[in-house]
Amino acid sequence: MEIGLGHYLTVAAILFTLGIFGIFLNRKNVIIILMSIELMLLAVNINLVAFSAELDDLVGQVFAMLVLTVAAAEAAIGLAIIVVYFRNRGSIEVDDINLMRG
Amino acid sequence: MIVEALAFYLFAGVAVASGVMVISARNPVHSVLFLILAFFNGAGLFVLLGAEFLAMILVVVYVGAVAVLFLFVVMMLDINVARLREGFISYLPIGALIGLILLVELLLVMGGWTFSLELVERLAAPTPAPFEVHNTQALGNILYTDYAYLFQIAGLVLLVAMIGAIVLTLRGREGVRRQRIAHQVARRAEQTVELRKVQPGEGV
Repeated sequence: MEIGLGHYLTVAAILFTLGIFGIFLNRKNVIIILMSIELMLLAVNINLVAFSAELDDLVGQVFAMLVLTVAAAEAAIGLAIIVVYFRNRGSIEVDDINLMRG
Repeated sequence: MIVEALAFYLFAGVAVASGVMVISARNPVHSVLFLILAFFNGAGLFVLLGAEFLAMILVVVYVGAVAVLFLFVVMMLDINVARLREGFISYLPIGALIGLILLVELLLVMGGWTFSLELVERLAAPTPAPFEVHNTQALGNILYTDYAYLFQIAGLVLLVAMIGAIVLTLRGREGVRRQRIAHQVARRAEQTVELRKVQPGEGV
């Protein structure tokens, strides 16, 4: 019943895969795609903290904090873009986002 | 030890289950709520690993700020959920295939490596003993000294994100009456008040 590094890495791998799976599954819904990215970043953080605990090295946790910061910034900007896009077009479907197509 | 194992399996199981629900829930609001549950359980895993500060930061920043932001946006936008769900089944096989390949790759990587032998001498910031210096203090000791630039970069990232979000969503709408203080202050008495001599028995 000893819980080691491998257990945490397995959980992180499953969560990361779920994030990627979510991006493929919800190809039309930008909000769910953003949530999947958050899930993947959580998995990365679990990896960083697990290695930090295993190696007794605090730098992993410092870097996990930077990842948290970037994730928060990304969510804020992404949601702002979604709000502006919805205001202009009245829809957030990925299929409708083709203004830049030549 | 058995309590730790039970706690780990509880947190990990609920985190993975709520991750599944995040990507498969029919209603985006439910997805956000399951995302909050996943982050709570991630915070539980962090506590088990001895990273209490990060666990609390995860709860405060994610559950308190990011998830509520998601909830606001999901509730504010009038989304046609049924149209967004179209193609859910058709993307399932390719998504499952790629997810499976990725998971197998990750597991292969995890099974195939070992720590370097001289790793112990090369630690950048060895963790002090938990009963001497607790996690928050230990993190602060290195974050504000050795990693001060990283800290500043994190602050700059947040500043840029804040300015970007404000600039993106700010709009000047036409036809809205606002108080213009400069206009009010700049008004002179001559422009505003007019004295008239009114004769008795006559109108103005």
